[in-house]
Parts: sequence; structure tokens; C-alpha cells
Amino acid sequence: MNVLTDNFSTYGAGFLGTLELTVYASLLALALGFLMASFRVAPVGSLRVFGTAWVTVLRNTPLTLLFFAVLLGLPRFGLVLPFQVFAVLALGCYTSAFVCEALRSGINTVPKGQGEAARSLGMSFGQTLSLVVLPQAFRSVIPPVGSTLIALAKNSAIAGAFSVTELLGTYKTLNELGYNIIWTFVWIAAGYLVITLAISALFHALERTWGVPR
Amino acid sequence: MAVDPLIELRNVNKYYGELHVLRDIDLTVGKGEVVVVIGPSGSGKSTLCRTINRLETIESGTITLDGQPLPAEGKALARLRAEVGMVFQSFNLFAHRTVLQNVSLAQVKVRKRKRDDADRRSRELLDRVGLLDQADKYPAQLSGGQQQRVAIARALAMEPKAMLFDEPTSALDPEMINEVLEVMRQLARDGMTMVVVTHEMGFARASANRVVFMADGRIVEDRSPDEFFTAPSSDRAKDFLSKILKH
Repeated sequence: MNVLTDNFSTYGAGFLGTLELTVYASLLALALGFLMASFRVAPVGSLRVFGTAWVTVLRNTPLTLLFFAVLLGLPRFGLVLPFQVFAVLALGCYTSAFVCEALRSGINTVPKGQGEAARSLGMSFGQTLSLVVLPQAFRSVIPPVGSTLIALAKNSAIAGAFSVTELLGTYKTLNELGYNIIWTFVWIAAGYLVITLAISALFHALERTWGVPR
Repeated sequence: MAVDPLIELRNVNKYYGELHVLRDIDLTVGKGEVVVVIGPSGSGKSTLCRTINRLETIESGTITLDGQPLPAEGKALARLRAEVGMVFQSFNLFAHRTVLQNVSLAQVKVRKRKRDDADRRSRELLDRVGLLDQADKYPAQLSGGQQQRVAIARALAMEPKAMLFDEPTSALDPEMINEVLEVMRQLARDGMTMVVVTHEMGFARASANRVVFMADGRIVEDRSPDEFFTAPSSDRAKDFLSKILKH
């Protein structure tokens, strides 16, 4: 029971590590997912192909494999970065494929006529998307994007296997110190719950305030 | 009419896969002319209307607007679309914006007007279509006829050279059709160049300079409304008129 109080700093470091991975990778995933969703509905064929390839490759690659590819692959091309940055890249890119598809399904719920009306008024593709289509698509994608980011928070545990400080990895240290493994994991699980419940609460709030009078 | 041509279609062909929806279309619309396009459903009249601002692409032929060929995708096309107003069967008002914002949005973002100037102009136009008191409502709070009048005001706010109407009254309750037609009649009287796809024969008779009758992707007749309604020359048009003018 005193595993938490005795090792508060170890847990704290792990918790902060997971939190950092989650926040940075989420921001990256949202930005890239938004970009890829725009590509996938763009009038330019090559952009659509790029967006589709991005989603197909990243969504269908096991995350662990992607971590190996990024952490072992990129240094071979001369790109050497701290492991934490590599982990954010792998998690962010992987999750961006899911964010992209959630956004695209939201875009598909907006009637085609909305985009046509915007274009017929002389709006560019970017204006049509950002002023007319996405604001209406946004509301319906809040729940699936929330789920995706919760999955991201939990997927960040894989980074621990690649020497990035994060919550799950703390069990190794504590286990070696001889603490009860069950209680070690209970507190780790509680740490994840804090993060995932916070994400749920945030998306609940977004869903409530983003209501569009119709 | 020997006037300046504003919209010119030459030898336009369009396919949906195997389906040949527009066949060798030649059509000239002069400045200030009101051309009504009628025909049975599936005859290609809506498609024709939508090719003029390139909401539908064409496979061959040329379309020119005020002497300029229609550009492909990109900024040039967007600029040109701003010069051609379009009114849709399903209104297509932006559901997440108020009536006033609907009319002002493109003025600010496309025409780069100041928000105050745009809103002032929007209010003038809403007044003209009789909806100034609805400016702060959302589209879903209005009736179909009101929504369509807002849509007309929204298109007019760009000060277009021509207006395209794609079955503007087909989705309306009968009692609301007239309020929309009245706005359109007023526009026609003011000298707006209009291409109107419609089933409203009364409007065609009263306001059109020319009636274009389409069937199976072709223009079968292109004549004055008087001639067309009293003495259609083709069997296809006679058959069509006999069906719709009975009741």
C-alpha cells in the first residue's frame, strides 16, 4: 500500500512522461489528421493519393512496428533525435490516420450542397472547408476524436519499451525494489485513469459548448 | 436577340460514365436576357445550369462568360464563380450561420469588404426580399420560401453579372412558390441576366425572353415563350406541354 507514498517521485516522473507524450502526440495527431483530411477531400488528385497512402500505411501498421521503424530507421538516414521526440513522432503520426478518418466521416455528414453553395459564391477550396464544411463537421467528430486520443494516451505505454520515461515503465523499477506487483499496477492504472478521464471530460465539455442552433 | 453575349456554350458534351447527359449543346445568353430552361426530368437541364459555373465539369466543348473561357480549378475559377450567382433547389444556406452572416460571409471573405459595409449591404438586400426582420435567425428557423429568398439575397450580395436558378421553387410548398417567383420577377424587370431551370410555366410565359426546351440531353427548341407555348414545333415539346398544361 505504501508503494505510492514511498516512490512518489518515480510515479510522478512516469506520470509526467506519459502526460507529455499524450499532449504532444495529440497536438501532432490533430494537426496532421486535419491536414490529411483536407488532402483526402481536395480537388487535386495527387493530394488525395498522398492522403490515402498516409492513412493506409499508418493505420495498418502495428504501433510497435512503427516505433521500431522510427527509432531504428530514422537514425540510419542521419536523423538523430531524443527518444522522447521519436516516440511523439511515432504516436502522433499513427494516431493522425485515425483522426483523419474521423474528420473525413464528419465532412461526409455535411450535405454536399453546403460546399457547392460556398464554391458558387467564389470561395476557394480552403475557405469552403474552413468556413463552411469543417465547422459543421466538427460537432459530429468530437466523440470519435475523443476516443482516438484516449487510445493514444494508452498506446503511449509502448514508448516505455524504448527507454522513454513513462508511467507503465515505472513497474520495472518498483518490481526490482521488491514492492507488491499488484499494488504497483493499481497505482499505474490509476495514473492512466486520471489522464483518460480528463480527456473524456474535456471532450464532453467541447460537445456541450459546440452546439449549433439548427 | 442581337445583344452582347454574356454566357456562351459551344458544342458542350458531358457524360456520367456511359450516360451522355449533354449532347452538343449550343446556347447563347445575352446581357440582360432571361432564359428559362424547361424539359422532362433527366433531360439534362439542371446539369446544363451547373456546368455554367463549373459545379459540373464537361468532357468537350467551350463555355465562355463575358468573353472569358471558363478556367479549370483554382483561383481563377473561384473569381469567376463570384461573378455568377447561383440559387439551388435545396437553398443550401449555411446551417451554422445566421441569415445576416449567410449574406455577409462571402462579401467579407471573397470580395474583401469590411464587415460593417458587408452587413449594411446585406440588410439592404434582406429588406429588398422582405426578410430584414429575420436577419438574426438561423436558416432552420425560416420557412422554405424565406430560406430561398435569403439564398437569392446571398447570391445578389456578390453583385453578380448573371444569376443561375436551378429549380428554385421545386422544393417549396405551393403557397410559398409565389413569394420566391415575385423576387425573381422583380430581378428580371431590373435587367438581371438570368438562366432559370424551372417547372413554373407561368413564370416562363411572363418573364422569359426565351424558352429553351431540353429532352434527352439536347436542346430541342429555343424560342420566344409566346411561340413555344402556342405553337411548339417538335413532337417532344408538344407531348411535354400536353402533359403539364392539362391541370
